[in-house]
Amino acid sequence: MEISLNHYLFLSTALFFIGVYGFITRRNMISMLIAVELILNSVNINFIAFNKFLFPDKAEGLFFTLFIITIAAAEAAVAIAIIISVYRRFKTIDAENINSLKF
Amino acid sequence: MNFSSTIWILILPLAVFLVTGLFGNKIPKRLSGILGTASMGIAALLALNIAYSYFFISGKTSDTYSAITVMKYSWLTFSPSLSIDMGILLDPISVMMLVVVTFVSFMVHLYSYSYMKDEPRYHVFFSFLSLFSFSMLGLVVASNIFQMYIFWELVGVSSFLLIGFYYDKPSAVAASKKAFIVTRFADLGFLIGILLLSYYAGSLDFNVIIERLSTPDSSFLQTAAAASFMGASALTWALCLVFIGGAGKSAMFPLHIWLPDAMEGPTPVSALIHAATMVVAGVFLVARLFPLYHMIPAAQNLVAYVGVFSALFAAVIACTQTDIKRILAYSTMSQIGYMMFALGVSGYGGEEGLGYTASMFHLFTHAMFKALLFLAAGAVIHHVHSNDLSAMGGMRKQMPVTNILFLLACLAISGVPPLSGFFSKEEILTAAFHHDKVVYAIGILTAALTAFYMFRLYYSIFWNKKAVHSPSPIEKGRDEAEAPPSMLIALFILGVGTVAAGFIPFSQYVTSDGQAFHSGFHLSLAVTAVSAGVIGILIATAFYLKPNNRSDKFSSSMGGLLRFARNKFYVDEVYTFVTKKIIFNLISAPAAWVDKNIVDRTMILSGEITALVSDEIKSLQSGKVYDYVVYFLAGVILLSLLTIIY
Repeated sequence: MEISLNHYLFLSTALFFIGVYGFITRRNMISMLIAVELILNSVNINFIAFNKFLFPDKAEGLFFTLFIITIAAAEAAVAIAIIISVYRRFKTIDAENINSLKF
Repeated sequence: MNFSSTIWILILPLAVFLVTGLFGNKIPKRLSGILGTASMGIAALLALNIAYSYFFISGKTSDTYSAITVMKYSWLTFSPSLSIDMGILLDPISVMMLVVVTFVSFMVHLYSYSYMKDEPRYHVFFSFLSLFSFSMLGLVVASNIFQMYIFWELVGVSSFLLIGFYYDKPSAVAASKKAFIVTRFADLGFLIGILLLSYYAGSLDFNVIIERLSTPDSSFLQTAAAASFMGASALTWALCLVFIGGAGKSAMFPLHIWLPDAMEGPTPVSALIHAATMVVAGVFLVARLFPLYHMIPAAQNLVAYVGVFSALFAAVIACTQTDIKRILAYSTMSQIGYMMFALGVSGYGGEEGLGYTASMFHLFTHAMFKALLFLAAGAVIHHVHSNDLSAMGGMRKQMPVTNILFLLACLAISGVPPLSGFFSKEEILTAAFHHDKVVYAIGILTAALTAFYMFRLYYSIFWNKKAVHSPSPIEKGRDEAEAPPSMLIALFILGVGTVAAGFIPFSQYVTSDGQAFHSGFHLSLAVTAVSAGVIGILIATAFYLKPNNRSDKFSSSMGGLLRFARNKFYVDEVYTFVTKKIIFNLISAPAAWVDKNIVDRTMILSGEITALVSDEIKSLQSGKVYDYVVYFLAGVILLSLLTIIY
C-alpha cells in the first residue's frame, strides 16, 4: 500500500488531539509540557508531509520544522524553569492548586 | 503731567494683602497693622497728589475736565473691536472716588490698629481690609465695564469675608451669606445689562459705549432703540438691568435686606465698606453711565423713584430701631437713596447737571460724616460692650471728645449749616425742586426724619438717663473712657473732614459734562431744608434729651403702624416666604426630585447592570489553566466551523 498524504495528515491530527486531550486532562505540569510537545510535533509532521507531497522541489517546510524543533527546545527549558520556581513557591506542580491569580 | 503713579495706589494694597495674607502669622502681630496703615497712608497721599494735578494743573483742556486713560492693557480679546481691557481711567468722579476711598480707608486702618488689638486674627483682618481697598480702587478707576464688573465682584467677596470675620458667631456667618447671595443675585442683572450694552455698542470700553450710544444719530443707538422687548427698547432694558446691579450693591429697596445684617462685621468694616465706600459703588456706576441714563427717561425715573422711596423707607425704619449700628445702617441706606434720586432728577450739561454734581458731593460728604459716625459708635460700643441703645445713656461725661465729634456728625447729616451735609443736601433738594415736586417733598420729609432719628441716637447715647455703665476693673481710677490715641486721631481727622468738606466748590470740579458752572444758592429752598432738619432735632430733643414718657405716649398712639416699621415692614419675612415657601417648594423641590430620581437613577442603574453582569461572568475566570485551554479550544473549533460553513 502506497503511503499517501492522507495517512500523514491522519497521524498528525491524531497526535494533535492526543496532545490537546493530555493538556486538558493532566494536572501535572510536566505531563502538560509533554502534551504541548506532542502538539508541536504534530505540526512538524504536517509541514514535512505538505512539503514532500505538494512542493517536492522546495525546502521551506523542512526549514520551518527545524526552526520549530529549536524553539521547542528553548520553550521546554523556559517551561521547566517556570515549573521549578512554581514548585519552590507552592511546594507542588499540580496545576489544580496553583490558582492564586484568580479574580 | 504724567498720571502713571496711579497704578501704585492699586499695587500697594494688593502687595500688603499678599504679604499679610501669606506671611501674616510669621511676622510680628502689630507689623501687619503698621504695613496696612502705612501703605494706605501713602496711597492717600498719592491720591491727593493726583487729585491736585488733575483738578488744578493738567486735567483741564479748553475749560472741560476730560477723561484721561492713563494705561490700558488688553486682557482678553474676543474680536478686533471687542476686548476686555484692564486700564485706568481718570475723570472727575474717579479721581474724587480715589481720594474718598484711600482717605477713609486710611482712617479706618488707623482706627483698627488699636480697635482690633485684642483680636487673635489681627493680620487676617488687615489683609482683608487691604484686599477690599485694592478691589474698590480698581473698581473706581476701571476703564472697561467688564473690568469694573470683575472688581465689583471682588469687593463683594471682601465684604463677604469681612462681615463673616467673626466666623464663630452664627449670626455673622448668616449675615455674610445673606449679603453675598443678595448682591450676587443683583449682579446677575448687572451682567445681563453689560452683555446687552456691549452687544449694542460693540465695545466694552466706557468711553466708547457712552460715545456710541449717546450720539443722537449713530447707527448703534438706532439699532439699540429699535430692538424692543416687552414694550421697552433694548437700551432701556440694559440700563434698568445695570441699575439692578447698582441697587443691590447700594442697598436700594427692595434689595436692601443685606445691609442691616451686615453690621455683624467688625465696626471699622461697617464704617469703611458698608457706609463710606462699597455701598456707594451703585451710585458711582449710575454716575459713570450717566450720559446714557440721561437719554432714557424711563431708566432715569426708575433711579429717581427707587432712590427716593428707599430714602424715606429706610428713614422710617431707622426711627424705630434700637441697635445703634442698625440705625446707622438704615441711615446709610437713606442717604444713598438721596444720592440716587439726585442722579435721577439731574439734567445733563451745565447748570442742568446740578443733581449729578450734588449726588457726587453728597457721596463725598457722606463718606466723611458717616465714617465718623460709625467709628465714634465703635468707640462707644468698645466701651459699653453692647450694641443696644438701652445699655447706653449719659456718656457725655465719660467720652467728651467722642461726644463732640458725634454731635458734629449728627448735625452734618441733619443738614445744619455750615457743616458739610448742609451744602450737599441743599444742592440735592434744589435739583429735585426744579425737576420733580413729589421727589422734593419726600426729600424734605426724609430730611426731617433723618434729623429726628440721628438725634434720637445721639441723645440716647450721650444724654438721657444717667450713665448706667459701671467702669470695668481695668478702667477704674479714671473718670473717662476715651478711646486710645490712634482711634481718636482718626475720629478727629474725619471730624475736620465733616466740617470742611462742605466748603469745596464741587460744581467747579465734578460736573456731568466736565464744564464748571456756578451753583446758585437758593435762600428759600435752603431755609425749608434747614427748618425741616431743625424740626426733627427739636422733636428728638423733646422726646429723648431727658428721660420722659413722651416717646412712649407717642408710640402707643401710633399703634400698629409703629410695630410695622419696627419690624422693618416685614420685608425680610416676605423674602423668606418667597424663597422658602415658593421658590424652594415649587422650583427647587421638583428640580431636586428630577435630579435624584431620574438623572442619578440612570447613572446608578448603568453601574448596577455592569456589576450584575460582571458578577455572573467572573466565575469563568477560574484561574485554572486547563479551563482556559478549553475555552480557547472551543473558540478555535467554533471559528473553524464558521470558516467551513461560509
